[in-house]
Amino acid sequence: MVMTPTAYYPTTNIKTSSWRTSKPVIDYSKCTRCMICWKFCPDVAIDINENPDYEAPADRIKKMEAPFIDYDHCKGCGICANECPFDAIEMVREGEDK
Amino acid sequence: MKAQNVTREIMTGNEAVATGVKLARVKFISAYPITPQTAIVEKLAEMVANNKINAKFIEVESEHSAMASTMTSEMTGIRSFTASSSHGVLYMHEMLHWVAGSRLPVLMAVVNRAIGPPWNIWADQTDSITQRDTGWMQVYCESNQEAMDSILLGYKVAENKNVMLPIMSMQDAFTLSHTSEPVIIRDESDAYDYIGDLNLPFSIDLKNPLGYGSLMPPDGPFMELKKDMRDSMYRAIEVVKEETKKFNEKFNADFPGLIENFMMEDADYALITMGSMSSTGKYTVRKLREKGMKVGLIRILFYRPFPAEEILKSIKGLKGLGVLDRSITFGQRGAVYEDVVTSLYNKTDIPIKNYVIGLGGRDIRVKDYEKMYEGLMEGEDSMEWINVGGK
Repeated sequence: MVMTPTAYYPTTNIKTSSWRTSKPVIDYSKCTRCMICWKFCPDVAIDINENPDYEAPADRIKKMEAPFIDYDHCKGCGICANECPFDAIEMVREGEDK
Repeated sequence: MKAQNVTREIMTGNEAVATGVKLARVKFISAYPITPQTAIVEKLAEMVANNKINAKFIEVESEHSAMASTMTSEMTGIRSFTASSSHGVLYMHEMLHWVAGSRLPVLMAVVNRAIGPPWNIWADQTDSITQRDTGWMQVYCESNQEAMDSILLGYKVAENKNVMLPIMSMQDAFTLSHTSEPVIIRDESDAYDYIGDLNLPFSIDLKNPLGYGSLMPPDGPFMELKKDMRDSMYRAIEVVKEETKKFNEKFNADFPGLIENFMMEDADYALITMGSMSSTGKYTVRKLREKGMKVGLIRILFYRPFPAEEILKSIKGLKGLGVLDRSITFGQRGAVYEDVVTSLYNKTDIPIKNYVIGLGGRDIRVKDYEKMYEGLMEGEDSMEWINVGGK
């Protein structure tokens, strides 16, 4: 029998972020949950947390669905940081985490 | 063996291929017409329209799409077929890799035609020879009978669980594709008995979702999959031998298998050929034998997998060998020549000569063969052009 050429698991199980040099970090105290970052991410590496418990600029949006970065697939392109209208996403060089 | 129900019909190579497809109970056909393959597609479309074959026929806008749709239908576990020629084969080159890499036992009939420029629709094997590294098996036919038989045998070998690689069946433009000769139509129920239904071990199924060709990082089994393809290709050598034996017993046929040896038993000099030009070669061998020259001919049917051991066995005792290439590669000698020399490296010390012949449908004449056999006796290992520049 030959090796099977097909993948039975979703490709999201394959981590494709090892070549990233800087990563986006969301400052939830500034994030209004507008989801513009989620729309712009070219690699579907921003996901939605449906039961969030993050900081928020106002109490009424604390329980709203919030974006979070999937660091196993984010390539660090910085588009989300560039597009965020509230400067809530900062690009941090890998290995220089605060 | 039960009595054979033998039906003979006069048909062209293209019709023989279409009949072979019908006998193989192909369920899906997708093709784009190109001279000289068009008649295969027309014949099959006619069969589908008249309910002579229980298959779906899809018209596509290009050869790339033809191979893409053939690939995806095969993924669902349906025996699928396409046919092309020349620039059409080049246009689907990318998809050839996808089909082989996805381990789908698709069969494609290729009518060998020259590659332009200049524009040329006649016989030349450059179109399929340049696809040798795609992971497809390749079989070159000499007669319309073989054009039909290689469809049944081809699917059987390709669908073997230890092979699972696609296969191309080649016939030369016009010499076979548009020339009528008697062909034995294999019995339909025997053919079904021989080939059975396709049982793809990894087919697409809505209840069991899986992905073909998804991203594979460098530490994933990318190299292992390529190695497995190559190992499978080598395993196909034994499968071709076994299946040829079974085929010949089943149909009382004489399909030669990997290679054919013609008057090689006591030969001193031999030429290696591929495809329809072999017939002129065999005629010349008989003619030269009458003059007392001990010559023979080795015909390669399967170019991939390459029958290295069979050729080594055949050339035992030769004083000179020549390899004919009906294709052109630039900056190196012919493709078939290279494969023969690689196979025989350090295993023989006879001179091996390379002949480039018959490009763009250039006539391959008896006097050309006579010249080539005489050339072998000079004992050189040079490369020579035959019937070029008015010589």
